[in-house]
Amino acid sequence: MTARGSESPWRSSLRQLRRNRASMAALGLLMFMVVSSLLAPVYAHLIAHVDPFPANVQGTIMLMGKTVHVLQPSQTGFGVTPLGPTWRFSTYFLGADPQGRDVFARLLYGGRISLLISFSSAIICCVIAALLGMAGGYFGGVIDWIVSRVFDIVWAFPVYLLAICLSVILLTSGLNIGFIHIAPGSLLLPILIIASVYIPYVGRPVRGIVLTLREREFIQAAIGTGASDWRILRKEIWPNVAPTVMVFFPMMVAFNMLTESALSFLGVGVQPPNATWGTISNDGLQLLYTRPWVSLAPGICIVLTCAALNLLGDGARDAFDPKAKLRGGA
Amino acid sequence: MAAAALSSVAIIATSASGAGPTYQAAHAGGTLKLLATGAGGTLDPQVNYTLQYWQLYQATYDGLVTFQKVGGPPSFTIVPDLATSLPSVAKNGLTYTFTLRKGVKFSNGRPVTVKDVKATFQRLFKVSNPNAGTWYNVIAGGPACVAKPATCSLPGLVVNAATNSVVFHLIHADAEFLDQLAVPFGSILPAATPAKDQGSTPIPGTGAYKFASYNPNTALVMTRNPYFKVWNSAAQPQGYPNTIEQTFGQTVESEVTSIENGQADWIFDPLPSDRLQQVSTKYAKYVHVHTLTADWYLPMNMNIAPFNNLKARQAVNYAVDKNAAVTLDGGTRLATPTCTILPPNFPGHVNACVYNKGAGSVYGGPDLSKAKALVKASGTFGEKVAVVSQNDPVDANVGQYVVSVLNSIGYKATLKPLSQNIEFNYIQDTNNHVQISLTQWFQDYPAASDFINVLLSCANFHKGSPNSINIAGMCVPSVDAKIHQAENLMITNPSAANRLWGQLDTQIMAQQAPWVPLFNPKLVDFTSSRVGNYQFSLEFYMYVDQLWVK
Repeated sequence: MTARGSESPWRSSLRQLRRNRASMAALGLLMFMVVSSLLAPVYAHLIAHVDPFPANVQGTIMLMGKTVHVLQPSQTGFGVTPLGPTWRFSTYFLGADPQGRDVFARLLYGGRISLLISFSSAIICCVIAALLGMAGGYFGGVIDWIVSRVFDIVWAFPVYLLAICLSVILLTSGLNIGFIHIAPGSLLLPILIIASVYIPYVGRPVRGIVLTLREREFIQAAIGTGASDWRILRKEIWPNVAPTVMVFFPMMVAFNMLTESALSFLGVGVQPPNATWGTISNDGLQLLYTRPWVSLAPGICIVLTCAALNLLGDGARDAFDPKAKLRGGA
Repeated sequence: MAAAALSSVAIIATSASGAGPTYQAAHAGGTLKLLATGAGGTLDPQVNYTLQYWQLYQATYDGLVTFQKVGGPPSFTIVPDLATSLPSVAKNGLTYTFTLRKGVKFSNGRPVTVKDVKATFQRLFKVSNPNAGTWYNVIAGGPACVAKPATCSLPGLVVNAATNSVVFHLIHADAEFLDQLAVPFGSILPAATPAKDQGSTPIPGTGAYKFASYNPNTALVMTRNPYFKVWNSAAQPQGYPNTIEQTFGQTVESEVTSIENGQADWIFDPLPSDRLQQVSTKYAKYVHVHTLTADWYLPMNMNIAPFNNLKARQAVNYAVDKNAAVTLDGGTRLATPTCTILPPNFPGHVNACVYNKGAGSVYGGPDLSKAKALVKASGTFGEKVAVVSQNDPVDANVGQYVVSVLNSIGYKATLKPLSQNIEFNYIQDTNNHVQISLTQWFQDYPAASDFINVLLSCANFHKGSPNSINIAGMCVPSVDAKIHQAENLMITNPSAANRLWGQLDTQIMAQQAPWVPLFNPKLVDFTSSRVGNYQFSLEFYMYVDQLWVK
């Protein structure tokens, strides 16, 4: 017998994932995005010497020995055009936005919030979905009926429409339920909104898996030995559900990033002065004709990050869910 | 005194009437294609309060009087329209007597009679005209009509079919009554027009054109009124295009491209900022720029923290760089910084700049150190402030800039951008507890009271109403007394009244600082290469019917 023969399924899956070159490349790209974003303050304060949040309407920079306005009035006609990309890492690498702020520095800071929201909402979504799916599938009866109907109702709404409606309402008044008070501009709002609209997308497959598992012999045996529900859920059900949730997780991060970007692009997501790739893309919308990089750069970041997450998700599915149960639905 | 003052207006008007440019029949014909991203709402001229359609109403409807249809400053002059002459005013401005012109027909072929005039002004109350309770309730019986619109009889308007006379009896003298009759709300409509908002159903009018069809999702079409004959070209000149179409639904970027390609002739919407430079350099011949008598300003709510504190309001006035706001609007060629409530070249305007880096009357920049000191002295340092603005690019940019400024002087500011559809009413409603907002005000007619009285008097502050146009919520009895004094003086001595309005403007800014006046905007019209005879009215902007497309 080889050492591999005694390898745990988790270790085996991870090893298989590590062998997947596309997934590893995607993971590398994702790590690059995360690390770059985390280094945003280093770039802004030590390299570019800019504050990417306050308006810098009347600001100037030194470029090739000349003082240049970051918002440049037209010499012959009307209008004011932000400084274009300097392609110099030390100053306004991607140019200025309509407020005269450094687009590259904002892109790095925007990545922090985009990634924070996507990952946080994916964690919340997967945790709640797993709990609800497991409870509904295992206990059945009234609990399952309530959980299933809640899933059905949320599922019935188009995701973006539901997210936009919730955002519009909560952005003006904030969230005030009992002792819970969340201010209108808080980042918690987009996190909770995005997490909640996707819960059925994870919860329903989990419930389906649990319904199948519940009829399996090892669960029946555990019930027969008098094990508590909590123990069965924790020791028997969860280990079988966890790979599915793990496969879903990167996909949910990608979905959430796209949703956050869409909401912020429409002005109902993250609110100024916070920046995300979606809000920066929106800032550039009014400059598409003259300064396309303001919109293109965050768009490229979103595409690369989501592509990396999807590749990683595919790799995780191949490694953790080799029978590809998720493809068949639940 | 009142009659004398008004007769001087009449002399100007008479000399101007009929003095419009000669009609050039060779240019008549063709279809003028206008573009707008969206429709302007109801087509009913007694309900609609948008520039988009007021501009079109100039060619489709007439009142007893109107603003002269010429370009430049004379366009502020009132001339007789469906009335044969300007009214004779008696009883110290309490009675206005008009004689209705004979022989004018509606676009449905029916002649215009004094019965139509009476029904029009009754209908104005029955359809809940936006200004029925503030402008037209000066007519005797008006307040009862406001209270019970359905049974409005308006006894203060007396007509006589035998003499074709129309007599308005007012409750009190009102120097702006003629201005209020000259705007589209005063358009004379057939007596048979139903007393409810007609929405997208065109109402017959007397102008050179009639509305042929209107679908708010697609297009508005105007064709020539077959019954129109010129009676006073200064009031209602013959138009040039055979058909005028306004099409809805394109994005403004696409609209600009359509004009550049000659597929359309003019766009209603402001040009997008990233196309301004290209359009103004490559198509300079077809770009027309005009200074508007309008304000972009930041009203501060004087009734809630932190701006219930004068020093806090003064601090914001010192801190905001109006030049930065101008830059965000497109630069100095498209806006001018302002320190006053009344725009330049407007009755009553005086050059003054209370909150200024220098001591001059011309704006010299912000004074951040003074602003920070005032914030500390006010005891409002560190308070949370939400800035409400519209979410279109320019408004949102200026809003974000204001947030940065407020943060820099010690507040914790955030931006609350709202849809254009709801922002204006949202910031008026005291229930929303708006602390500071960004908004604009465009004149209805050239009178100082249209800014100071409308925007800053107690009468226009209505708690809990989304139609409380005094957004700052300023209600200062001593200021109100001066407003009334200036309004009364306007009837007898307009020059002295305008001096008083000017003093009041400076006094309000110095002692109350209810707003931060930002800038006076300019309007950019971009026309296609085939368009000729462009004329611009300061009152209603470009005359669409006077454009040549042939």
